[in-house]
Amino acid sequence: MAEITMVEAINLALARSLADDPDVVVFGEDVGANGGVFRATVGLQKKFGSDRVLDAPLAETAIAGMAVGMATQGIKPVIEIQFMGFIYSAVDQIVNHASRMRNRTRGRLSCPMVLRTPHGGGIHAPEHHSESTESMFAHMPGLRVVIPSSPQRAYGLLLAAIRDPDPVIFLEPSRLYRLMKEEVNDDGEALPLDVCFQLRDGSDVTLVTWGAMVHETMQAAEQLASEGISAEVIDVATLKPLDMETILSSVAKTGRCVIVHEAARTCGIGAEIAAQLAERGLLSLFAPVQRVTGYDTIMPLFRLEKQYIPTPERIIAAVRKTLEAS
Amino acid sequence: MNATERPDNSAPLGNETKVAAFEIKHTQFLDQLGSALNSLPEFAKDPDELIRLYRAMVLTRLFDNKAIALQRTGKMGTYASSNGQEGVAVGMGSAMQPCDVFAPVYREYGTQFMRGVAMHEILLYWGGDERGMNYAQQRQDFPISVPIASQIPHAVGAAFAMKLRKEPRVSVGVLGDGASSKGDFYESLNIAGAWQLPVVIVIVNNQWAISLSRQQQSLAATLAQKGIAAGVPCEQVDGNDVIAMRYIMERALERARNGGGPTLIEALTYRMSDHTTADDASRYRPPAEVEEQRQFDPIMRLKNHLTHHFEWNDAKEQALQAECSAEIEAAVKRYLDTPPMPAESMFDHLYETLPAIYKEQRDEVMRLGSTAGGKDHG
Repeated sequence: MAEITMVEAINLALARSLADDPDVVVFGEDVGANGGVFRATVGLQKKFGSDRVLDAPLAETAIAGMAVGMATQGIKPVIEIQFMGFIYSAVDQIVNHASRMRNRTRGRLSCPMVLRTPHGGGIHAPEHHSESTESMFAHMPGLRVVIPSSPQRAYGLLLAAIRDPDPVIFLEPSRLYRLMKEEVNDDGEALPLDVCFQLRDGSDVTLVTWGAMVHETMQAAEQLASEGISAEVIDVATLKPLDMETILSSVAKTGRCVIVHEAARTCGIGAEIAAQLAERGLLSLFAPVQRVTGYDTIMPLFRLEKQYIPTPERIIAAVRKTLEAS
Repeated sequence: MNATERPDNSAPLGNETKVAAFEIKHTQFLDQLGSALNSLPEFAKDPDELIRLYRAMVLTRLFDNKAIALQRTGKMGTYASSNGQEGVAVGMGSAMQPCDVFAPVYREYGTQFMRGVAMHEILLYWGGDERGMNYAQQRQDFPISVPIASQIPHAVGAAFAMKLRKEPRVSVGVLGDGASSKGDFYESLNIAGAWQLPVVIVIVNNQWAISLSRQQQSLAATLAQKGIAAGVPCEQVDGNDVIAMRYIMERALERARNGGGPTLIEALTYRMSDHTTADDASRYRPPAEVEEQRQFDPIMRLKNHLTHHFEWNDAKEQALQAECSAEIEAAVKRYLDTPPMPAESMFDHLYETLPAIYKEQRDEVMRLGSTAGGKDHG
């Protein structure tokens, strides 16, 4: 079994889906001959043909809208929006059509489509290439929003997303694409959607995070462990629908919670998690819930992106705050 | 200034050659009085077929009148009338095959009825009930699309599926003149051309985008020519001449079905009604213009033709109207007799399987029952 990067794991899951299901079609900007700007689709057009792996003209609205049209005909389109900062012209189609086609036709038509897009900063990219606006989509009824944090989870969750009968926004943390390698068994086994993954068992505090921030959070947990503080780490993975049961039962055990995300704080998914903890888990809390997030600023250009993205130090400081409060 | 002229009419400095030239054709068979301008296509020589088209237009017009009456008497919500545009709708519907896919806007009832959408379903939709988009007899067509031009990518995407599977089917997407200003339309028209997809895109130019006149929308001489930049064959047709509309549609559908790629058609017509029942067109549109347009009515035109050539008469007209009205009354009764869905049905088709975390919200809706928030009409 080979150790591969996350971008290779994504490629593997796409190839597996194309091979297993003749209805799967991959298209987007530069995904064919070029193999995608991050190389996530490299080799797929050669292997599966240019009628199933297609370079779309530069037209995000039409790419998303055509996916809706294809999906209603039983095709399973996997589209790529090159960077999350370019997703906005596709939002009309995602929100007004993909998310509600099943509902508005009472199940007559549906949209089994996946929209893949790179997520987040940390790769010294140009302007508009480092966005993390997942809460926009998590707010929309009828969608699934999924974000992996490792090669194995990228493989298993992408397979699950493509097989899911409803539209999935699949966010790929771009700074994880080549950050680490992991053994990935290309066995076609999907991971479950709609559930969190507990990455680290702990008893003093629950750290809830997703995507690239899983790595800073795990580093923080290591550091805390060396000081004798036991942190449980939860990778939310499916941001919508949100598996609050796992988070609530962890907080029932630890009594403290720090939520970490790269996206801006206001109306981030951390706010939803904190609200549900207040509604349903308040009595198990020893300390106020803390959020460590990107700031309510425009994502800065890359000279300052390290100052924007939460660091292990900021996470540890928030954990100390929850420990001091009780 | 003609767009092909240099702004200052100066002589060219460099070696200037013509690299492309274009023209837009307009097709019409019947003049406004119903007389044939030239020889008619084969289908139009068959009186039964012409009466079928005529009936479909009359049914649509009478349905429209009834729907507006239902809205005005508080028995239905906002409704978008198709009065004046029946020639376009029936022309499209009669040219399409059952296996094709139709992506309408919201004034193509004539097409929808011919394709198996039931009248009571359209009433349910405007009456505030999603079941009006779950067409019992028409499982493939897209439902009415409210966000302007957003259905054109769907039509093109469906055409992609047909081409991928090598099926002899065609997708038809409709938009209004106003929608032809939107990127959705241009983007997907461009891809339809680049990928040679089996799709026919019809711009129903009814001259008004709510309050914005055709002249205010674009400097282009025709809307059909918007296909030229995409390399897509494009032409204009008198949409109030149902024979021409069907003829042009059939030709475009046949080409697409045989692998010849997409066509863009601009169908000229006129919106005789307000934009919707929530609109008052007298605020922006001179009444004299509407009166002027009455002489081009698609139903009157075919009726004149039938009267002159196929012995259509008052007795036949009355019988037809009575038959259509009975059909409409039955649909209205079925609509009015349909009780609302239970409140928790709003969760039924959110996902194929409702995620467990939404069960609590669904339970709350069930507990509060259908009377929560007060009773609504319908």
